[in-house]
Amino acid sequence: MALFQIAEPGESAAPHQHKLAVGIDLGTTNSLVATVKSGLASVIPDALGRPLLPSAVRYRDGEPPVVGYDALAGQSSDPANVVVSVKRFMGRSIDEVPYRESMPYRFEAGPGALSLKTVAGVKTPVEVSADILRELRMRAEAALGGELVGAVITAPAYFDDAQRQATKDAARFAGLSVLRLLNEPTAAALAYGLDNAAEGVYAVYDLGGGTFDISILRLSRGVFEVLSTGGDSFLGGDDFDQRIFCWVIEAAKLKPLSSVDARHLLTCAREAKEFLTNHGAAPIVARLGSGEVVDLELTTETFTEITRTLVEKTLRPVRRALRDAGLSVADVKGVVMVGGATRMPQIQRAVGEFFEKAPLNNLDPEKVVALGAAIQANLLAGNRASGDDWLLLDVIPLSLGLETMGGLVERIIPRNSTIPVARAQEFTTFRDGQTALALHVVQGERELVGDCRSLGRFELRNIPPMVAGAARIRVTFQVDADGLLSVSARETTSGVEASIAVKPSYGLSDDAIARMLKDSLDHAKDDTARRAVKEFQVEAQRLVEAIRSALVADGDLLSPDARERIESGIAHLQAAMLGEDRHAIARCIDELESETSAFAALRMDRTIRDAFSGKKIDAIERELVSSEKGGET
Amino acid sequence: MDFNVDHFALFGLPKKFRTDPDLLDKRYREMQVLAHPDRYAGAGDAEKRVSMQWATRVNEAYQTLKNPLRRAAYLMLLAGKKLDVESNTAMPTEFLIEQMEWREAVAEARRACANTELEQFYHRVKQQMKCRYERLASLLDDKADTALAEDEVLRLMFLDKLVSEIDDALVALEA
Repeated sequence: MALFQIAEPGESAAPHQHKLAVGIDLGTTNSLVATVKSGLASVIPDALGRPLLPSAVRYRDGEPPVVGYDALAGQSSDPANVVVSVKRFMGRSIDEVPYRESMPYRFEAGPGALSLKTVAGVKTPVEVSADILRELRMRAEAALGGELVGAVITAPAYFDDAQRQATKDAARFAGLSVLRLLNEPTAAALAYGLDNAAEGVYAVYDLGGGTFDISILRLSRGVFEVLSTGGDSFLGGDDFDQRIFCWVIEAAKLKPLSSVDARHLLTCAREAKEFLTNHGAAPIVARLGSGEVVDLELTTETFTEITRTLVEKTLRPVRRALRDAGLSVADVKGVVMVGGATRMPQIQRAVGEFFEKAPLNNLDPEKVVALGAAIQANLLAGNRASGDDWLLLDVIPLSLGLETMGGLVERIIPRNSTIPVARAQEFTTFRDGQTALALHVVQGERELVGDCRSLGRFELRNIPPMVAGAARIRVTFQVDADGLLSVSARETTSGVEASIAVKPSYGLSDDAIARMLKDSLDHAKDDTARRAVKEFQVEAQRLVEAIRSALVADGDLLSPDARERIESGIAHLQAAMLGEDRHAIARCIDELESETSAFAALRMDRTIRDAFSGKKIDAIERELVSSEKGGET
Repeated sequence: MDFNVDHFALFGLPKKFRTDPDLLDKRYREMQVLAHPDRYAGAGDAEKRVSMQWATRVNEAYQTLKNPLRRAAYLMLLAGKKLDVESNTAMPTEFLIEQMEWREAVAEARRACANTELEQFYHRVKQQMKCRYERLASLLDDKADTALAEDEVLRLMFLDKLVSEIDDALVALEA
C-alpha cells in the first residue's frame, strides 16, 4: 500500500507517542487483524506466519476453547462443539437461521437471541465471536508489544441494529475498546481510494462467506461519502457451498446424512468451489461413515448453472442501491471487488456484465477490509500524520420505523440517511389519566410490522396524568456514528423526562450478560479485573490531557469560576488515578465530564465560527456567479 | 456559530430556492470535517456528545437543502407556511383524479409483477417533477409568488409520494 508518510519537521510522531490501534475484519469464514506501522498498513500474521484466522471456535470440557485452524482440525470428529460461521447467528433468533437442520449444533431458543449448547456450556453467538476477537487481540498485542488503545471492528453494511449491537458487545467482552464500527465496503473503499488516489463514484461489491453488501460511494478530495448501500445478510460464499452439497446428495443419491458426514461433505464442497476458480472441473471424493464412497466430478458449467439464482440474487440489491443513489451504471467509474467469494469466475463475469466494465481486483479481496479498518483505527486513535485528513460519511442501511395502529409501519428515519442522524416524533395519550405509552421500534423496508425486524419495545412511564390528547411526548431517535440507535423521550408540556425501559428483541438478556461476565472472569487467560482498572486509568489520562490542551487553546471562553471547577475536577481525577479503585476513577471521570460539557459546546461553536468567518466574501462571490448562470433546481 | 440558526445561514448560503449544489457540498464537507465524531474518537464523553449533536445538525441541514422538495417546503416554513400533503385537500379535482389513476396503475403493475413498467413509470414521474421544479424556482426566486408556489409544492409532494410508492413496489417485487 502506498501509505508511506513523511512527517514534517517539528510534527514527527515520536515512537513513544504512537498509539497502538488495530482494524479487525470479523468475517463469517475468516477473520483478520491489521495495523499501521510507520505509515504502512499490514495484516498481522500468527506465529506461523498465517495471515487469516479461521472464524472457528472449538469448545472443550474443562479446558479453554481453541480458535482458528486448531478448532477446524477438530471439526470432523467433534462437529457439535466446533462453531463455524457464527456471524450468521449474530443478533438473530433461532427461527431466522436457514439450513439449521443440516447444521451439527444443538440450538437453544432464547426469549430473543439464540444460543448453542456445547460441552463447555451454553454459548451465545456474542461469546463465540468474543473468543475469536480475543484471539486476534492477543495476537496483535504480542506482535506490537503493548496493550491496544482501541480497535475499529468491521461489520457488513447491511447489518441491522441488533447485529451491530451484538458485534460491539462481542468486542467489549473480548477486552477491546471499540473506536468505531465500520462498514466493510466503506473500509475497503478507504484502502482502495487512498492507495489509488481515486476520485469519482465507485461501487464496492462485497461477497463474503455469509453476507453480501453493495455500497455506492462518491470519493472526492479526501471525503468518502456513502451515497447508498444495500445487500443481503443471508447470502454469501457459504450458500455456494450449500448448493454444491445439495447437488452431491442428489447426484450420488445419498440417504439422510449423519452430522459428521454432512460436515465432511460440506468441506469437500468448499474445496471444490475454490478449485473451480482456476480449473474447469473439480473432483469430489469422500468416504462416508457407512463405508459408502462418493466419487463425482463437478464442472464449471454445472457449478454456474446450480448457482445462477444466487448470482442473480446479488444483482437485485445492486440495482436498488443505484436507484437510491439516483445514479445509473454509466455514472460508476469502477467496481471494487471485496471478499474471497468474489474470486468465483461466474461472479466476476456477472458483475462485469452488469456494470459494463471489468471489476477492479488489484487489492487482495480477503485483506482489503482489514487494511482499511487499520488505516481508520490509526486515524481515530490520534496518530494523525500530515496529509491524513480524509473523512468517512456513512449511512444507515435499513429504515427505522414505529408500529402504528393496525400493524403498519411509520418510517421515522429512511434508509441511506447519512449518520449520525436524529428524528423527533410527537405522540400523545389516548385515554384520560394515561401514564404509560408503549412503542415498538422496527427496522426494514416493508409496510407491515410483521415483515420487518423487531428491534425493541420501549415503554414510557411516569407521564403526568392528563386528559386524553393533552400530553405531548417527544420521542427522539438518535443513530450514532456506529450506526446504533438510542431512544429518549420527554413530556414537553410538563418537562417531565419520561423513563424508558428498553427490551431489545434480539439483545442479550440480563441473565446472559451476568453469566458471560462471570465466565469471562473465571476463564480469562489474562487478568480481566486488573485490565479493567488499567483501562480506566488510560481513559482518565486521555481525558486529563484532552482537557488540559482545550484549556490552553480556549480557556478564555470560561468564567474564572467555571475554570476553577474544571481545575478541581482534574485534581480529583488525578488523585483517584493513583489508586486501584476503578469505581472511584469512573466517578471522577463522570464528574469531570459533566463539569466540561458546557465548555465542549462553547469550543465547538468557536471552531465552526472561526472556520467560516473568513468565507463570507467568497460565498457572496460564488453566489453572484451561480445566479448569473441561472443556478440549480 | 449559533447551533440554532436556520439551515441557509448555517452554510452561509442565501435564503433562495436556487442554490449552488457545489457550494452546498463544499460547505457541508468543510463543516463535517470539523464536527464529525471521527474527529473526536479520542475525546471525552462531553466532546463526543457535542460532536454528535453538531454532526447530526449539519446532516439534517444538508439533507434538507440538498433535496429540492424539502428545500422548498423549508423555505415555506421559514416564511410561516407549514405545508402538509396529508391534510391538504384544496387541490384541483382533475389533479387529484389523475393522482388516483396513477396510484392505481402502480398497484396494478405491482400485482402483475411488471418491474420494467414500474421502472419506466418511475423515470417518467421523475421527469415531470423536474419540469415542475423549474417552474417552482421561478415562482419562488423571481416572482416571489408564494400562493402559486405553495400549489406547486403540494403537487410535487403528491408526485414525490408516488415515486416512493413505485419504489416500495419495486422493493416488494424484489423481495
